[in-house]
Amino acid sequence: METVNPIERVLRGVAITLVILFFMFPILWIVLMSFQTNETILRMPPSVVFTPTIENYQALITGKLETSAGILEIAFMKNLFNSFFLSTASVAIGLVLGVPAAYAFARLKFKGSEDIAFTLLSFRFAPPLLVLLPLTIYFQQLGLANTYGGLIWVYQLIVLPLILWIVRGYFEDIPADVEYAYRIAGHSWGATFRKIALPLAGPGIAAAALLAFIFAWNNFVFALVLASADKQPVTVGALAFVTASGIQYGQIAAGIVLSIAPTFALALYAQRYLVEGLSLGAVKG
Amino acid sequence: MSDATTSAPRARRFKVSRQLLPYLLSLPALLTCIGILIPFLTAVWYSLQRYRLSQPWNRGFNWGQNYLNFMTDSAFWNTLKVSMTYAFATVALELLLGLGIALLLQKRNRFNNFVSIMLLMPLMTAPALASLMWKLMTNPGFGILSYFATLLGFEDFRWASDPKTAMMTVVIVDIWVYTPFIMILLLAGLRSLPKQPFEAAALDGVPRPFVFWRITLPMLTPFLLTATLFRVIESIQQFDIIYAMTQGGPGDKLTVFQVEAYLNFFQSTNVGRSAALLMILWAITYTLSNIFIKNWLRLREKQRGNA
Repeated sequence: METVNPIERVLRGVAITLVILFFMFPILWIVLMSFQTNETILRMPPSVVFTPTIENYQALITGKLETSAGILEIAFMKNLFNSFFLSTASVAIGLVLGVPAAYAFARLKFKGSEDIAFTLLSFRFAPPLLVLLPLTIYFQQLGLANTYGGLIWVYQLIVLPLILWIVRGYFEDIPADVEYAYRIAGHSWGATFRKIALPLAGPGIAAAALLAFIFAWNNFVFALVLASADKQPVTVGALAFVTASGIQYGQIAAGIVLSIAPTFALALYAQRYLVEGLSLGAVKG
Repeated sequence: MSDATTSAPRARRFKVSRQLLPYLLSLPALLTCIGILIPFLTAVWYSLQRYRLSQPWNRGFNWGQNYLNFMTDSAFWNTLKVSMTYAFATVALELLLGLGIALLLQKRNRFNNFVSIMLLMPLMTAPALASLMWKLMTNPGFGILSYFATLLGFEDFRWASDPKTAMMTVVIVDIWVYTPFIMILLLAGLRSLPKQPFEAAALDGVPRPFVFWRITLPMLTPFLLTATLFRVIESIQQFDIIYAMTQGGPGDKLTVFQVEAYLNFFQSTNVGRSAALLMILWAITYTLSNIFIKNWLRLREKQRGNA
């Protein structure tokens, strides 16, 4: 399907340019904003000519924001840490719980296995608030309210189905004969799992872990409902940040840049697996 | 060969645990999630009660009253209308755009691959943060988009703060975040299609629109269906983008199901109504997700078969 028609080539070029402009402009603009002071941001008409400043980032890192009303302390670094901690711990626990289960679903077909796998998958599609609102009351009673432990548990709702379904696909792709051969040589089931299945499914497990991390990082509603200021991740923290009075706009922008940079980096790193992960293993990238 | 002596008892032990093994392996994951079933049942329970946090003395079962009240409750019908409008507008536009972009990038070359990776960036942005980005860009004081609007002759264009354009604004943010999802799914689909029908059509000189409507689109249908259902289920539950942008305002312009339920629970502390709202949303998504899972499984089998 060679396109030789010059008019069509021009039209395609224009279309692609518009697409790139629409999807990239907001990111570019926020990055530019993050290097400006309020004076240059508030200029009308807006201009891309300015002397860049790293003041905004400095203020965020030190946690002291100079506002018109004096110095405001904002624990943005704490939010960033919470995001890292919650996402990493959730994914680690999700892997420990999810990988063996995925292997069971893939290899050892058992009674009710499909039903259980689907029940787990259906959590992915239920309205989160349906569970979260009653959970606020339970967490109060159990002493889990506003604890990392409680949050990490709830985060399993996003992390587990993702790991389970992606990793299961990878286990299914390993020829069963390879495992049988190893077992016939006298090795136990556990050794086969560790020495054969795990290494062969390794890339899939890594991909699932990276994606689960991104999803956990980007989550908003769980922490909004269950965490107060000192446990909040960046997604919720940034919102509070915006409503704080007299804040410099460049600092909001810098906060957003710092919050989205880690997921961008991971996505670039794991792009090969993104398609497969996003479609829960239905489409191979 | 010391293994030979131990292999007999080991084999027997294996047989005994063989039945239990899969359950043992999947139990921890299950238990973690069963903890979640309890709040779910509690929500059903709440939805059948007259329960306001501000009036604990008044609490009691009113059975289906919360649901019956919805029939005459204009706020409920507004929620239903707003949610449907949002889901329909976002998914329809994202499908059109996503298909268009996938077709533009269909050919495998360095430039196209680069662009498709770049387009993933919005999808990797947390929706709540995406909303904040657009909020900064539509700020009436310094927002670049507000400036563009004045250049185009719209004086004092207020984006999300104006009841007339609030829906449009959040729909744009949703499109910005989720179009790449549909795009990469369809792109993977397009690239996995068999080549022969297209080569045959090219040899016979079949006109391109005909090829698109009669070959490309029908073969792409399973992908389109999966992407659509996936997005409808998520879109009808959208919370992050709307809450971060306007918290459901201005007025009740953007009170979709989950936002309305959140406000009912935390602001008017009407737990019963909030739970009933979420149950109705759950019924909708449950039906949709059953259809989705069937389709998705079929696609998964087919794709894995090809691979």
